[in-house]
Amino acid sequence: MADVIKTATRDAYGKALVELGGINDKVVVLDADLAAATKTGMFKKAYPDKFIDSGIAESNMMGIAAGLATTGYTVFASTFAMFAAGRAFEQVRNSIGYPHLNVKIGATHAGISVGEDGASHQCCEDIALMRTIPGMTIINPADAVEARAAVLAAAEYEGPVYMRFGRLAVPQIFDEDYKFEWGKAVTLKEGKDVTICATGLLVNEAIEAEKLLAAEGIDAEIINVHTIKPLDAETICASAAKTGCVVTAEEHNIIGGLGGAVCEAICESGTAVPVVRLGVNDVYGKSGPAVELLHIYGLDAAGIVEKAKKAISLKK
Amino acid sequence: MDAVTRKQLKIDACKARMGIIEGVANAKSGHPGGSLSCVDIITYLYFNHMNVNPADPKNEDRDRFVLSKGHAAPALYAVLALKGFFPREWIKTLRKSDSNLQGHPSMKYTPGVDMCTGSLGQGISAACGMALGAKLANKNFRVYTVLGDGEIEEGQVWEAAMYASAKGLDNLVAVVDNNNLQIDGTCAEVNSPYPIVEKFKAFNWNVIEIDAHSFDEIDAAFNQAKETKGKPTAIIAKSIKGKGVSYMENQVGWHGSAPNAEQAEQAMTELKAALSELEA
Repeated sequence: MADVIKTATRDAYGKALVELGGINDKVVVLDADLAAATKTGMFKKAYPDKFIDSGIAESNMMGIAAGLATTGYTVFASTFAMFAAGRAFEQVRNSIGYPHLNVKIGATHAGISVGEDGASHQCCEDIALMRTIPGMTIINPADAVEARAAVLAAAEYEGPVYMRFGRLAVPQIFDEDYKFEWGKAVTLKEGKDVTICATGLLVNEAIEAEKLLAAEGIDAEIINVHTIKPLDAETICASAAKTGCVVTAEEHNIIGGLGGAVCEAICESGTAVPVVRLGVNDVYGKSGPAVELLHIYGLDAAGIVEKAKKAISLKK
Repeated sequence: MDAVTRKQLKIDACKARMGIIEGVANAKSGHPGGSLSCVDIITYLYFNHMNVNPADPKNEDRDRFVLSKGHAAPALYAVLALKGFFPREWIKTLRKSDSNLQGHPSMKYTPGVDMCTGSLGQGISAACGMALGAKLANKNFRVYTVLGDGEIEEGQVWEAAMYASAKGLDNLVAVVDNNNLQIDGTCAEVNSPYPIVEKFKAFNWNVIEIDAHSFDEIDAAFNQAKETKGKPTAIIAKSIKGKGVSYMENQVGWHGSAPNAEQAEQAMTELKAALSELEA
């Protein structure tokens, strides 16, 4: 479809920050010398007095964000996911998470769709890391509309939030009047044979996979899990009980991300159904064009179809 | 500084030392050595320098204090209790499971604590953020942080040092409690942070060297810092680890172990004698 609008969620992030700057004078944006890439540069241009570059020192930036938040500001701190969640993990844990400060981490360039920069920059561990921090909210929007809505909602929420954005332009799924409900998974299509829980750019792939499955007579339920923590276990487990099996799909290591979170929720719900995880299969990424890499690692509609069939075959 | 003020500060600091010993001895764990080395400076800040009000600990215009060397929490707690931020009786509960006094400072539990610290190197960054907050809001409050000399081996300290001068945070003062001892030995032996003065100068800070136990030098340094515009101030304070308790002074072993009942009693006897002399 040539008329599909494609936008990277990082672009939506930058635009939403500019929007916030116009309505919330407590918003301050920090970056670590990546403003052009994270798109906080848009905010810098519009509100230069409220933008502070921390330089290439992400650990210090998280501490700055924490201290600034104690003085009453709503702080957005941005860098690549690898450095936000990886390098600065302990600063996020101890200086932001433990005091539960009002810092929003805008982590861009998550996952292997970073593309050509390769494994050193393709963070597939951030959700797992951030999930283990008590009180941390994790949002992984599926498209630009949802990304904008999540950023505006995060500014209204009091406490730390980790927001995961991508570099790659992805199709717009939602209408402009889409309502983002904090912490609530969105059932995009009801079905009876298999539940597909997807997050981030895999949501669009799940929508495509649903059509492929339908062509083979398989009726899939599609759930967009934009908030990975706290997880909407109620919606997911109810769906799992109905369809009898679950597939999770994410651009993240299969360990500790959405797949892990869904398995935990389902195991403890007493709904004994098979869960098959699609994700980066506990390997490092590599250089290459983003879309090509997504296919190589099976993070596409075909990959979801394969996992859905496996999940159905595991049903008792 | 006039004689009356100096004498009162010495009395307050001596009482704070008693609080440190009482807290750590009751907890049967903790860090007495590095608490005793920086307690004169913390006492001075809360009793003679900072704009703080125990009845209104969250006032947004207050000066901030961040104990970057969070393991010296017993010193901070002893001073906050003396100042009236919470009841003196809390000191005996230090590190217990139902206490408001955590092993390392937590703003979630303790009135008067401005930042959660304990993981070394992180407090100074938060202090920079607070100082930046004052600048952005055009407020006059100032921010004080105390670091250990071992702590400055953490790379994050130098990220923060670069940042503070680059952003012209002249409302920030960082004290380095230079007692020259860290857990594994002398700082010079473990991984020398020296020369400390030259390092901060190279990072474009206003640097002042003082005796950490001389209230006249402390007072002069903090007042000079207040007059310094355009750059942050580092006060490199030569101190004695374990200062005020004879058997702890300059002994690395007292970094992270508590005195037993007998040792605590000896320490209290010494401190009581010192207090009597001061109050005479």
